[in-house]
Amino acid sequence: MPRYGMIIDLNKCNQCEACITACKLENNVQIVSKENADMGRAMFWMNMLTISYTRNYPDIRSESLPMLCMQCDEPPCIKVCPVRATYKRDDGIVAQIYPQCIGCRYCMANCPYTVKVFNWFKDEQPVENEKTCNPDVSVRPKGVVEKCTFCIHRLQKAKEQAKAEHRKLREEDYVPACAEVCAAQAIHFGDLDDPNSNVSKAMHDYRKFTLQEELGTKPKVYYLSAKTE
Amino acid sequence: MFKDVNNKKVFKMKNHHYPDEDEILLRPIYKTGKGFYALAAALSAIFLFGIYRYIRQLIFGLGETGMNEPVSWGFYIISFVFFIGISHAGTLISAILRLSKAEWRRPITRMAEVITGIVLLIGGIHPIIDLGRPDRILHIFERGRLQSPLLWDVTSITAYFTASTIYLYLPLIPDIALLRDRGNKLHKLYKILAWGYQGTEKQKHILERAISILMVMVIPIAVSVHTVISWIFSMTLQPGWHSTIFGPYFVVGAIFSGIAALVIVMIAFRKAYHFEDYLKEIHFRYLGTLLLVMSLLWFYFTFAEYLTTFYGHEPPEMRVFLYKFADGYAPYFWLMVVCNFIIPVVFLSNKKLKTIGGVLISSIAVVIGMWLERLIIIVPSMANPRLPYPTGIYVPSLTEISLFAAAVSAFVLGFMGFSKLFPLISVWEIKEGRKESVSIVTERLNEYLPSTRSTEALKEI
Repeated sequence: MPRYGMIIDLNKCNQCEACITACKLENNVQIVSKENADMGRAMFWMNMLTISYTRNYPDIRSESLPMLCMQCDEPPCIKVCPVRATYKRDDGIVAQIYPQCIGCRYCMANCPYTVKVFNWFKDEQPVENEKTCNPDVSVRPKGVVEKCTFCIHRLQKAKEQAKAEHRKLREEDYVPACAEVCAAQAIHFGDLDDPNSNVSKAMHDYRKFTLQEELGTKPKVYYLSAKTE
Repeated sequence: MFKDVNNKKVFKMKNHHYPDEDEILLRPIYKTGKGFYALAAALSAIFLFGIYRYIRQLIFGLGETGMNEPVSWGFYIISFVFFIGISHAGTLISAILRLSKAEWRRPITRMAEVITGIVLLIGGIHPIIDLGRPDRILHIFERGRLQSPLLWDVTSITAYFTASTIYLYLPLIPDIALLRDRGNKLHKLYKILAWGYQGTEKQKHILERAISILMVMVIPIAVSVHTVISWIFSMTLQPGWHSTIFGPYFVVGAIFSGIAALVIVMIAFRKAYHFEDYLKEIHFRYLGTLLLVMSLLWFYFTFAEYLTTFYGHEPPEMRVFLYKFADGYAPYFWLMVVCNFIIPVVFLSNKKLKTIGGVLISSIAVVIGMWLERLIIIVPSMANPRLPYPTGIYVPSLTEISLFAAAVSAFVLGFMGFSKLFPLISVWEIKEGRKESVSIVTERLNEYLPSTRSTEALKEI
């Protein structure tokens, strides 16, 4: 069984936010109205977390991280779910079952990374959105919690494709939208248990770290620190 | 035998000829004033408005509230913890007073038990109001995960509700039998509810045995309920919540707010139904002493909780700590300290201020303060996540405020409705007290006191 993971090289990341847009379109993440966004209900499965700002006003620089679900090996969210609407698959992906979720938002309260989002409203989507909707991903109803699933539908599709072609799943068959779109090739994705995968090779780097390691959640999303000097 | 129409008349006549010595306790059941209807209408209007807002929320989604990210729990969860806390007034206090054989409990226990029943129902509904998908509530039974603290909560609250309604009902039986024997409009209802109680020696013995078994059982259940509620928070990784002290801290806070609510209810009905003869100043002084003890205990727990946080000085914890002490929530925090500690201590430790008025003022302060405490526990932790996100803002919407008002008015309405069906002060226990208390207490006192023989024995040595 593979163990999927991601590694994001912050040295290469130029904060273009293409991954955010790609994620939003790929997963049919709801576009909320401006009033709701102002209230703090904007929905992102992947977002930029600004850690700090350096320098002063005219040439201000932000130090940001692309934030997505950490797909923890010890996920705090599944511990508290009362109905098993979120669970860890054998391949390590923490998945959501939307028709099972009762919307108690306990998992959101217990996520130390604050990456889960809730469908507060069902807002009217922009007309242009109709043409870009991804048919592979179900649209979530109001009142349920959702989050990044490492584009699990792509895995499903790739598996079926491989099966039809009577071959094993290759590494390049399954890549989430954010990793695919990254122009700087800062995001590597693959099987952490396979020593020959891109991810495993990128892991051999002294800059490697995970967010909030001290909590023991064992995230499968790694970062490579931007500080090389 | 009471089905006969003629018989009914006989009983009514009887009532006229021999008025009960505790007639004033039964009067609210038979006579209803204009003020009652006016208040009931006003409260029903508030309640219905709350229902209207809730239906809107059902249709449009939880976006009707002021909740957002990262503050994804708000007023509903605050109300939930607050109301369940108040419910500890009842059963727990009544059980403890009964168990400790405090004779002054007699006019108090009934009201305390009613508070539990009504408030537990209101509080228990709040998590369902808070759900994004209340239509899927049965998933909890169908595919519930017992590892989730929410499931423990469902279990303990239903257990507590069952135990406390039975505990309310059992001591009510002799009074229902009394009402049945007097005969009035709801005769049939009383007849069913009285279970054929005739007040024979054997029945009385069984009843007392059942009450004494229940009152011992109810105490651990009551303690478990609020402990489990605190565990919803302390089992998470959130800064400010992940604390071992939370179980006892919540239980103490619950009993604290419960006593305060009980005092307010007692004073309100004392005034409205003229129970001055039954609820005397001494009752309030005793309850005031209890309230003072709980206030000091609450302060001790709060102090211990925040001092350890401060000395640990973990950055995420300190963000929440400073948010409460000096930043956005500082006004609420210090108001809570004033309400929960300074006002009760000033009023209740001073003999001159410890009048009914003084106890009432401190009780109102405590109820407000304990509500603020729930607010301060829940919102600041959610608003300050561990990672450096911007601090969350939470402003409750009209829906949340009107549902809170609806919950409070449902509580008052429930109490008013109860007072029209059953006596608010246990009539049989008062009668029993009048008959037996003095001799029982004298006997008990004689057991404690050293006999005079010991001095004689000394002489012999």
